[in-house]
Amino acid sequence: MKRLLPYLREYRKECIIAPLLKCMEALVDLFVPLMIADLIDRGINGSDKSVILSVGLYLLLLAAAGLALAMIAQWFSAKAAVGFATKVRIALFKHIGDLSFSSADQIGNATLITRLTGDINQVQSGINMSLRLLLRSPFIVFGALIMAYRVDPYSAGIFLITIPLLALVVYGVMLLTVPRYRKVQGKLDGILRIVRENLAGARVIRAFNLQQKETDSFLEGTDAHTREAIRTGRISALTNPLTYVIVNLAATLLIYVGAIRVDNGILTTGQVVALLNYMAQILVELVKLANLIVTITKALASAGRVGTVLETVSDMTYPADDGPEVEHAGVSFRDVTVQYAGSGAPSLSHISFDARPGETVGIIGGIGSGKSSLVNLIPRFYDPSGGTVLVGGHDVKAYGRDRLRCRVGVVPQKATLFSGTIRSNLLFGAGPREEVSDEDLWKALETAQAASFVSQKPGGLDEAVEQNGRNFSGGQKQRLTIARALVRKPSILILDDSASALDFATDAALRAALAHLDFHPTTFIVSQRISSIMHADRILVLNEGELSGIGTHEELLASDPVYQEIYHTQFREEKDHA
Amino acid sequence: MPKIQKPTGTESLILRKVLRYVRRYRLLILLSVLLSAAVTALSLYLPIMQGQSIDLILGKGRVNMGGLMQILFVMGLSILLTSLAQWFQNLINNRVTYHVVKDLRNDAFRKIQRLPLSYLDSHPSGDIISRVTTDADQFAEGLLMGFTQLFSGVLTILGTLILLFTINGIMALLVLVLTPVSLFAARFISSHTYSFFKSQSEIRGEQTALIDEMISGRKVLQAYSRQEQVGQQFDEINQRLQHSSLYAVYYSSLTNPCTRFVNSLVYAVAACCGALLALSGRITVGQLTSALSYANQYTKPFNEISGVITELQNSIACAGRLLELIELPEMPADPPVPESIEVYRGAVDLENISFSYTPEQKLIENFSLHVVPGTKVAIVGPTGCGKTTLINLLMRFYDVNSGDILLEGKSIYSLKRSDLRNGFGMVLQDTWIKETTVRENIAMGRPDATLEEIREAARSAHADGFICRLPKGYDTVLGKDVELSEGQRQLICIARVMLTLPPVLILDEATSSIDSRTEMRIQRAFDKMTTGRTSFVVAHRLSTIRSADMILVMKDGHIVETGNHDQLMARGGFYTTLYNSQFASV
Repeated sequence: MKRLLPYLREYRKECIIAPLLKCMEALVDLFVPLMIADLIDRGINGSDKSVILSVGLYLLLLAAAGLALAMIAQWFSAKAAVGFATKVRIALFKHIGDLSFSSADQIGNATLITRLTGDINQVQSGINMSLRLLLRSPFIVFGALIMAYRVDPYSAGIFLITIPLLALVVYGVMLLTVPRYRKVQGKLDGILRIVRENLAGARVIRAFNLQQKETDSFLEGTDAHTREAIRTGRISALTNPLTYVIVNLAATLLIYVGAIRVDNGILTTGQVVALLNYMAQILVELVKLANLIVTITKALASAGRVGTVLETVSDMTYPADDGPEVEHAGVSFRDVTVQYAGSGAPSLSHISFDARPGETVGIIGGIGSGKSSLVNLIPRFYDPSGGTVLVGGHDVKAYGRDRLRCRVGVVPQKATLFSGTIRSNLLFGAGPREEVSDEDLWKALETAQAASFVSQKPGGLDEAVEQNGRNFSGGQKQRLTIARALVRKPSILILDDSASALDFATDAALRAALAHLDFHPTTFIVSQRISSIMHADRILVLNEGELSGIGTHEELLASDPVYQEIYHTQFREEKDHA
Repeated sequence: MPKIQKPTGTESLILRKVLRYVRRYRLLILLSVLLSAAVTALSLYLPIMQGQSIDLILGKGRVNMGGLMQILFVMGLSILLTSLAQWFQNLINNRVTYHVVKDLRNDAFRKIQRLPLSYLDSHPSGDIISRVTTDADQFAEGLLMGFTQLFSGVLTILGTLILLFTINGIMALLVLVLTPVSLFAARFISSHTYSFFKSQSEIRGEQTALIDEMISGRKVLQAYSRQEQVGQQFDEINQRLQHSSLYAVYYSSLTNPCTRFVNSLVYAVAACCGALLALSGRITVGQLTSALSYANQYTKPFNEISGVITELQNSIACAGRLLELIELPEMPADPPVPESIEVYRGAVDLENISFSYTPEQKLIENFSLHVVPGTKVAIVGPTGCGKTTLINLLMRFYDVNSGDILLEGKSIYSLKRSDLRNGFGMVLQDTWIKETTVRENIAMGRPDATLEEIREAARSAHADGFICRLPKGYDTVLGKDVELSEGQRQLICIARVMLTLPPVLILDEATSSIDSRTEMRIQRAFDKMTTGRTSFVVAHRLSTIRSADMILVMKDGHIVETGNHDQLMARGGFYTTLYNSQFASV
């Protein structure tokens, strides 16, 4: 919460006024029993009609005052809570945008989304409730105690015993049940897992005739859940009866003590009634307070989580100026090593190579051989743990963040499109303030082998793209993301296994088109298929993070055992049958 | 006799079906209702007793201690009784609620096991999951708790009115006339808040979609330096959200003060009138305090009831969704007198079958195929052409529209599904691993297999090596202790089939996401399995296709050509085109 407090600073005024007004409203409530005592003692027992009428008038005025105070207070607290949440959300969103890949990776996408949505909403309602009730409820509890003391110090002793007793019951039950509810939730999660598993694995389960076994384990799960839930329910079922007994027995005791003191002329009848009314007020507020504490606990936990993300510092720094221009840049690696946090072996170790401007570099290797790690270093998505990556002869760390990235076109492994239109997705690839003609877009689509299917769409460039591009096939998405990278005419083009869903013919046509680009980018093609990279000027063969070989297809085929093996598994049949 | 159809609202229909689940607990429910009536009556009578005791405390020297002690004793007793009854009622409600949820959930789950795959394939699993979990919870809490609250609420209102009338008619009428004001106030506020809440949740949905998309695509976002533009988009939504949230939060927070205000009004008027009545001696001070405490509590059940009714409607909707699932048509039952297969050899015959997923789009028409034991059948075609359709039909995941499929000369529709499936071993590309130990995952087809047998199967599948390197070897819980790579998952699935080694195999070859070396291992495992067995392989690899005894070429769901490689190449049809585009240009 400490990390989030600055965002509340702008609402300092609201944060003071709202609780203050709520306390005043509470004060109004505290006066009512006194008025009733007056009504009975001076009005009825003193047979004074004017007292009765004026008490009635006062009660109406108090009610109106209470309403007015509450209405203003609620407005201020709503304003502070909602405004605060908005500010935090904007700050968090911006902060996430500025995090480096590796910092954000460590947190994880699912977590980031929950922080931005559920957690912030939780904090918002926590603040709203706190502003309204955190002061008010204790104020009434202690206010009623003080008022009772003022009426009769001796009877107030009953309050002094009742209040801690009630608090003990309300919070004791809460303390006992909260961890148990977590256990119940755990059991429910187990049930959920079984359902999900059975839906995803319906075919396999039926193929192995496991339906009965699965049903048995589900029934076991629901049994355990029911047992746990009933056990927990048994404890929370105590709250109402226990508080009822305590408050009403205390009230009975109050009447008894009151009766003796009235008999002795120390108290009046009206005062006894007033004491009874204060007792009733205390119970209501204690229950409210218990609910409030649950809300606040949740909100604080959420605030802590949001704060942790906000405190995550990006592990990358950039120079103050933009750094050198990037045009027709070559790429060099000097003894580069990458080791991700928490992993045992390095993903890349001691990689060195040079790619001249305009060259095409193929990168091949098995899963987990470090292909993606290598290309991710070029636009500086990650920093190497050792060694230097040079673009255009300068260390990538010498460039301003956007300077380098604006000149690199990356097509990631996972084809990600955004909801909008084909045009809006392609323009994503252009510089923020760059004008791009339709002709340029079509040219990019043509190179990416996407022009034909885009032109067949009724909307053409304005065809809608749904979230995650789910209205396009895998191959279409890949081609659109390739076109997106081409729109900016990058100096360096990186295709990270981004043609895997294309058939061989389309893949070949794509490679041919890329080779004839008029802006001659230095191109990196990552692939698992030899056919995709065999024509490259230079091929890097990666094996478990190490550079096993470097050279042209023919050279590697003659000298590199890993390359030979890969070639063999992919082309064996050809040779067998040739 | 034509039946007269009574117009039945869906809600009452659902309620009637729900009764089936509740009937089992009718004694408990009856007890709960009785206890609730007792609690309400006793707690309503308490203010009367308090009033009576106040009337015995008149002033200095005018206190009837004897009478007072008597009343106080009864009061104490009734307080104890009330809380005991309350406690019992809570326990019973708890019990009934959770048991009904359990019954519903179990029925829903059993239904899932009996649903045709066509349903599971065409409905998002998230929807089914939320029915079994959230809807079941909401239904039970809402309906059962709501019911008792509604009952005690109505009872409280009636009881209060009766008791008020016994105290004084004028006071009772006053309270009766004034309370609707509070209801109107609450209704007024909630109807005005609704539109703000609606727009709030709409904007929130819009925002969540944006967040979801942008966080998932954050790498692309940064790669193209678009944070600023997206940030602006986010700010714009945020501003709209702030506006509608502020009003939604504010107006909803007015409900309490407003009802409190109306309550205070009623209280003030009742206090004033009551005092005047007391002055003229028509009621006592004690009766006034009783009446005032009723006036204070009178609006509470009204507010609760209006809340309960919304909750009831919601829970009926949830029950409806859950029952909809439970009442879905099941797949056809196994034949009453099933045939059985003595010896599995692996003979499969398709006799003139026709099949389509939807009536509008015909897929397989009048197709026949005779597979002698030991034949290797390859199914080829471009991506998304429906290669898995045949698997669906052979395993009876789907039934043919016409024609027949024979296993060992017997119609698969005359067999028990379990007997049919025992004859088949299936490895799908879409691997499925249960969150349990490696051992149990492999032993799925033979739960009684010994560890040595399991290890042997894993060795044949080239999986023993990596399994032994897992933290707890064969006792490693997959999905919890470790996450396997796609290739490793596939090897586990192969080991499963290796353990049972049925006479007919259905294999779906991997396309991507597996590196060449793992793929080679999987291939070797496949080859080992298929020797001497009838196999259907959805094939992507040239070597599989070429070595197949029979190739089924599929296009857009249809089987367009059949034959072996050389025959098909000689024909120069779709297979030749496919072959040339997929493999020859390498």
